[in-house]
Amino acid sequence: MNRIRRDMIKAGGGASLLALVAAAGFVRLGTAAAAEWNKAAFEVKTVAEAFKALGAGTPANSADILMKAPDIAENGAVVPIGIESRIPGTESIAVLIEKNPNPLAASFDIPAGTETMFTTRVKMAETSNVYALVKANGKYFVSKKEIKVTLGGCGG
Amino acid sequence: MMGEPMRIRATFKDGVVNVKVLMSHEMETGLRKDAAGKVVPAHFIQSVSATWQGKVVLSAQWGTAVSKNPFVEFNFKGGKAGEKISVTWTDNKGDKRTDEATIN
Repeated sequence: MNRIRRDMIKAGGGASLLALVAAAGFVRLGTAAAAEWNKAAFEVKTVAEAFKALGAGTPANSADILMKAPDIAENGAVVPIGIESRIPGTESIAVLIEKNPNPLAASFDIPAGTETMFTTRVKMAETSNVYALVKANGKYFVSKKEIKVTLGGCGG
Repeated sequence: MMGEPMRIRATFKDGVVNVKVLMSHEMETGLRKDAAGKVVPAHFIQSVSATWQGKVVLSAQWGTAVSKNPFVEFNFKGGKAGEKISVTWTDNKGDKRTDEATIN
């Protein structure tokens, strides 16, 4: 009787521990689905480091990434940028601004059913190359465009 | 603190829903100094996601270089007029906001 009871307690304890572990795992999965903010990629100071932190290594140049942005931006605080990837299997598109204190500006994950393009507005500290980094079928591609800035949009 | 409501416009045309979102956020870089010469701490949206019928149609991670009062435009397939789209952002201080709009 006693032994049975003890076994029950043990089993019960084990089960709840398992439930706890499972719950913890589930929570972690949940946040991973929402994708944890990639601190490393956003805090590095060069485009090369950002590519590395994003897992992109040395991306191949591609003519299938179109960037719609002004050649000259009068106000660096608000530079409209549109990026379209015509590379089949595009999963994500990131925007990097070479001369900003931290080059990575934004990274968009694009699920199937959503067109592989977006428009947003970014800040540019000074005249700089802007890179569009595309991940497609696990491979990385890049395209760049220089945007001249008359009035910087960072610091101040 | 929840921030001001977003302005979301979703329009259905030719089988595609066009979504335009205008958020209200300072997007402080942490590099700017105030009039007294004190650094204004960074305060910016770090993640954004848009969902339609429980499905994520766009998600993004942002740094401080996204402009103040961020704007995003994108298109997705499958949605129809009358259905709802919702957008959520979370910033580096843990503030969060979700707003909803009906597809026109």
